[in-house]
Amino acid sequence: MDRDKLRALQSERLVNTVHHSYENVPAYKKKFDEIGLKPDDIKGIDDLQKIPFTVKTDFRDNYPFGMFAVPMDNIVRVHASSGTTGKSTVVGYTRNDITTWAELMARTLGAGGTTKGDVVQNAYGYGLFTGGLGAHYGAERIGASVVPISGGNTKRQLQIMEDFGSTVLCCTPSYALLMGEAASEMGIDTSKLSLRVAFLGAEPWTENMRREIETSLSIDALDIYGLSEVMGPGVSYECMEKGGLHINEDHFIAEIIDPDTGEVLPPSATGELVFTSLTKEALPLLRYRTRDITYIDNTPCACGRTFGRMHRVMGRSDDMLIIRGVNVFPSQIESVLIDIEGTEPHYIIVVDREHGKMDELEVWVEVSPELVSDEVRSLEALERKIAHELHSVLNISLKVKLVEPKTIARSEGKAKRVIDRRDLNK
Amino acid sequence: MKVSQLSVFLENKSGRLADVTRTLSENKINIRALSIADTIDYGLLRLIVNDPTSAKAALTDAGFTVALTEVLAIEIPDSPGGLAGIIDIMAEEGINIEYMYAFVGTSGENAIVIFRIEKVDEAITILQRKGVRIFTGEELHSL
Repeated sequence: MDRDKLRALQSERLVNTVHHSYENVPAYKKKFDEIGLKPDDIKGIDDLQKIPFTVKTDFRDNYPFGMFAVPMDNIVRVHASSGTTGKSTVVGYTRNDITTWAELMARTLGAGGTTKGDVVQNAYGYGLFTGGLGAHYGAERIGASVVPISGGNTKRQLQIMEDFGSTVLCCTPSYALLMGEAASEMGIDTSKLSLRVAFLGAEPWTENMRREIETSLSIDALDIYGLSEVMGPGVSYECMEKGGLHINEDHFIAEIIDPDTGEVLPPSATGELVFTSLTKEALPLLRYRTRDITYIDNTPCACGRTFGRMHRVMGRSDDMLIIRGVNVFPSQIESVLIDIEGTEPHYIIVVDREHGKMDELEVWVEVSPELVSDEVRSLEALERKIAHELHSVLNISLKVKLVEPKTIARSEGKAKRVIDRRDLNK
Repeated sequence: MKVSQLSVFLENKSGRLADVTRTLSENKINIRALSIADTIDYGLLRLIVNDPTSAKAALTDAGFTVALTEVLAIEIPDSPGGLAGIIDIMAEEGINIEYMYAFVGTSGENAIVIFRIEKVDEAITILQRKGVRIFTGEELHSL
């Protein structure tokens, strides 16, 4: 599809989506009414900038199902991801949405050469997280043989990979790295495996990691992108050229904005990625701010696809961390510590990714006079309690370390809460 | 009957103990006994000093987290079986010892041992009935 035709299709679908959103989601109607915008004012893609942004807190404010545009009778699936505080971001799908999603994931897997002859080992987690079922439905749509192994138990993963002759792997990039390390520890010669290609996403990674994964598993490693609010995996994907992720522009409009001012920038400028959905029924999304920083290249790709390519995500415009595929907001950690300490806590979050290992999360908590004891076992009990509470909220294992007061720098205004030692820009 | 002990939270990094002793020295505070309990990441320095209130203030000002705990300073005959005699009494009476360490100074021919005991007031009554000598803070610091 050439880009002029694409634009016409986007315009037509945008008009429908705007009407659907305004008429069925009170939160959208309110946003429009507040600025005196009528759905009929949006006549095509040139009017897109008139529409107010949607942000993650809109999901919290309308928790759980308030952003849905169809009755629950028509919702056939619900997924959820972390919110900024206690409440999850909940997303829903109609039967048609699931079909579209499977189609787009099939495109994603197809771009790496997946066919019905492939054995797809799907090591994304199955559950509320969109990764597992998203990749599963896409692989089934192609007609490949899906091995729904889910995440974890690395030795078993490698055993099954050998025994079943898996040709395609779906998982997070850090898990792929871990598998590569484990394979060499187990004495598996990966060049003898049938594995050919991996579709890796749900967390930020780097070109260095790609090289390591490709070498250690003897495969091609492709980046895939998605977020549950927009749909899940399958929003954009790399082709074998590995020169950016093609955005499924027949289903989503991507914009790049200045994260500070909200001003729309040219696609080739680096800024925050904003998505508008064009075909979603259950959860139409108007100008959703992803907080992901990137830029878009609309020049033709050597593969022949005309869809624009976003550069791999370069960072975030908020403080969200993605650790082993799980979204973590410092505010979630803060609220747990406030509950335990009863005061404003001083803490710092340290994220590390040692070579060939999964991301490690440490939370350093300053010991206040109220918390300190003359007995080591009470301090150890405190560490365990904090770790347990954090684990139950974040759903991710972590280490708590007690540190002396003033260890954590107090800056003018907001303290620096996160030390991210993962080198994500190489 | 009870003696105030300072507990200072220290991360395991070089120079931190020196920072504590320097702060105390600058404030003319005399350390009479100490012990350290440690883990991989941090330690707890327990101190008996001649002026616990000033010492706590000085250390807090210097940025340390300090807790005050009441402990017992008990006289022990400085001869074989001296400590065993006291520990036996405690065991018989169901007095639970959290930790203990030796005091630097002596009381005449006798040694002094610092005990951290869970139910400290009950323990004082029992030990005194058994004729065990327990020092007050003032007595201890005037030795």
